[in-house]
Amino acid sequence: MDFRRRKSLWNISNQGSTRFIALPPEEFDLQTDEIVVNMGPQHPSTHGVLRLILRTDGEVVKQVQPEIGYLHRCAEKIGENLTVRQFTPYTDRLDYLAAMNMNLGWALCVEKLLGWQVPEKCRHLRVLMAELDRIASHLVAVGTYGLDLGSFTPFMYCFREREKILNLFEAVCGARLTYHYIVPGGVMADLPPGWLQECSRFLDQFPPTLADLHALLTTNYIFIRRTAGIGVLPLQTAISYGCTGPVLRASGLRWDLRRHGEPIYTQMYAPYDFQIVAPQEGQYPDDGISPAVPDEAVLGDCWHRFYVRMREIVQSVQIVRQAIRFYQEASGTVGEPMKIQQKLPVAEAYLETESPKGQLGFLIVGQGTPIPRRVRIRSGSFCNLSVLSELCRGCLVADVPAIVGSLDIVLGEVDR
Amino acid sequence: MLSWFLQFGFPDWLAYGAAGLVKAILVLVLVLFVPMLALWMERKIAGRIQDRLGPTRTGGRFGWLQSPADGIKLLMKEDIIPAAADPLLFRLAPYLSFCAAFCVFVVLPVADGWAPAGWDSALFFFLAVAGLEVFGVILAGYASGSKWSLFGAMREAAQVVSYEVPLGLCVLVPVVVVGSLDLQEIGRMQEGWFTGWLIFHDPFVFLIFWIYAACAMAGLNRAPFDLPEAESELVAGFATEYSGFRWAVFFMAEYAAMFAWSGLGAILFFGGWNGPVPVASWLGLVSANGPVAGFLGNLLGMVNFLIKGFLGVTVMIWARWTLPRLRIDQVIAMCWKYCVPLATLMLVGVVLWQGMTLEWCSAPPADAAQEPSSIPSQWPGRSAGSGKAAPAAMWRFAGRLCADLQVMENKEEIVP
Repeated sequence: MDFRRRKSLWNISNQGSTRFIALPPEEFDLQTDEIVVNMGPQHPSTHGVLRLILRTDGEVVKQVQPEIGYLHRCAEKIGENLTVRQFTPYTDRLDYLAAMNMNLGWALCVEKLLGWQVPEKCRHLRVLMAELDRIASHLVAVGTYGLDLGSFTPFMYCFREREKILNLFEAVCGARLTYHYIVPGGVMADLPPGWLQECSRFLDQFPPTLADLHALLTTNYIFIRRTAGIGVLPLQTAISYGCTGPVLRASGLRWDLRRHGEPIYTQMYAPYDFQIVAPQEGQYPDDGISPAVPDEAVLGDCWHRFYVRMREIVQSVQIVRQAIRFYQEASGTVGEPMKIQQKLPVAEAYLETESPKGQLGFLIVGQGTPIPRRVRIRSGSFCNLSVLSELCRGCLVADVPAIVGSLDIVLGEVDR
Repeated sequence: MLSWFLQFGFPDWLAYGAAGLVKAILVLVLVLFVPMLALWMERKIAGRIQDRLGPTRTGGRFGWLQSPADGIKLLMKEDIIPAAADPLLFRLAPYLSFCAAFCVFVVLPVADGWAPAGWDSALFFFLAVAGLEVFGVILAGYASGSKWSLFGAMREAAQVVSYEVPLGLCVLVPVVVVGSLDLQEIGRMQEGWFTGWLIFHDPFVFLIFWIYAACAMAGLNRAPFDLPEAESELVAGFATEYSGFRWAVFFMAEYAAMFAWSGLGAILFFGGWNGPVPVASWLGLVSANGPVAGFLGNLLGMVNFLIKGFLGVTVMIWARWTLPRLRIDQVIAMCWKYCVPLATLMLVGVVLWQGMTLEWCSAPPADAAQEPSSIPSQWPGRSAGSGKAAPAAMWRFAGRLCADLQVMENKEEIVP
């Protein structure tokens, strides 16, 4: 065998890429070669086209460097060439697992710029859709997290339930993924007859699935051993990296824009009764379904991030139930979608909303024409991803999917 | 079968050759049939567990067409050998794995006397040859020229080599009880009602079975121990670069090995071909009543054995679709921290249990000065009714042991 050829073909070298920050020298009993491995962009557990460059020493990961941009579609630039109404379908494609929330963030930002106020009935309908979508998005997060840890069945259960939500969305707007339903000025159409009964039926049969998921994942001993104490994100680090959403809340901060955001957003949620899911001194308030926190779990670890999402699903179910009632009680219309050629004022507006992945911010700078001068998107997934290399330092190869999955990123939103 | 060929007056080499060929073909049929059935079961069971519609409805009557269709698809796929691979070793690896999985069937008795080779040391052969399967996997990982494959191969090496140790200890426990390495002999010992099965023989064998089950699953790389091919971490581990027929060979080897190990478990713990109720002897289907009755009895035995083997496979499938995957350090820690010490403990326990039921301990403790000449040359053999006076017998055994040790100690003092 040609041994020289063999050595070169794996391209194993100590130099690696020059982009890596030099690590402090460590002492080993046995000096081993480091291997630089590409995890992605085609990898089963990077949740899309994320590329992670791992610098591994055996099973230990010395360094992780995320490489993004494989799904970059110039969303912001497109926004500067279309009217704000025309741009609405493009927001569907940002976080395609939570398109309703993307639509909502954009619609509210445009309304803030224009100083519009939508009718009460429309607000409740928007909350209803956004929270159903939050359930769907968290179901994907939870299910694929099981997949990342090698447990296939919870994924199927989650997708089975998500399908039912998508059926509801399809009945409302004709689309199953990119809804384009919540638009500036209102929503595209009122609910079809019988939809609320269908939705209530879904909500009634849904909680037992959560119990299944808790049995298969949350309280499973192997699952706890795989996630508890892994990828611990201290609150200070989370804040300094700009982590938001469930990732931030799992680190112990009770911060949710649905309560702490701007008035145009919080007034939507003002009549609703729900908890902000965040551990206080390692414990969560009782919600009747979720199991207790295991002793192994550390504040801000993968287990807590997973668990926060599981609990937020319960809260969202509650909100949807209330929204159905409020919607039925409210009078008036569901708003009127804005005209395509609606002129924007010479002003700028920035609004952050609580999307399932984190805080989603839109900035619109109007220039007196229907087409804005600047559109900027602040993505929760992007900021959450930035903390990855911090979390993965010194973990095992098997922990990398566990940590990436617990951050719950969507590459459409990261790359925009 | 050899004698059957010899009776026609064939020359020896022809008779041996013909008998060998027939047996080899029979084993090959079994080895090819078992993965097909196991695959079909995996589909069906996974489909039921995961609440999926596809596998429960597709593929002709009972879905039998799905496995052949899958096989044909794999056969017709393009044969890809990566440019970075070592072509010879890359081709060799799957066959090496398959050979190991195939060869263990040579000593696996499907019924009384129905083993292609009924050797005295069949169990030893089984362990030795089953251990060869790891070479194919390591070779595949090495020859693929892919980093993920290399990771998978290193995990396989670490994991399988570790688990050989507790597995060897586990199978020794029933061997200590029976006093034979011959699998047919072990099967014959468990005739009659299910209470005669070795798992109900004593608490140590009962406990060791669970360790055996866990270790066998780990040794087979089945979930939750499927680290070498962990699809969410290592893409497909050692099988990353394999496709088409070569991948199918790996796949068949895995399923054949699954059946072989659960079949071995059935022989060692669950009576082998003996059913829970001695139906065959009630019906007179024993070889004493002529060759036809013996053949029918063996046929029944084979059905029993296959059912038991596939029950084991079912449990493995069930575990795979329920549990998340362990991490490599946890797998290795489980082996060396729990399985090996527990298996050793059980082995010591069963030796003591067997020892206290030996005839020479039922005698009153010997005088300390007496030479230990009364140790029988025949180790196995339980005295009748000794189970009732077990604690007393144990004390006597311990006392006898101490006395003998004292004698030996005294001797050492005298000698210099």
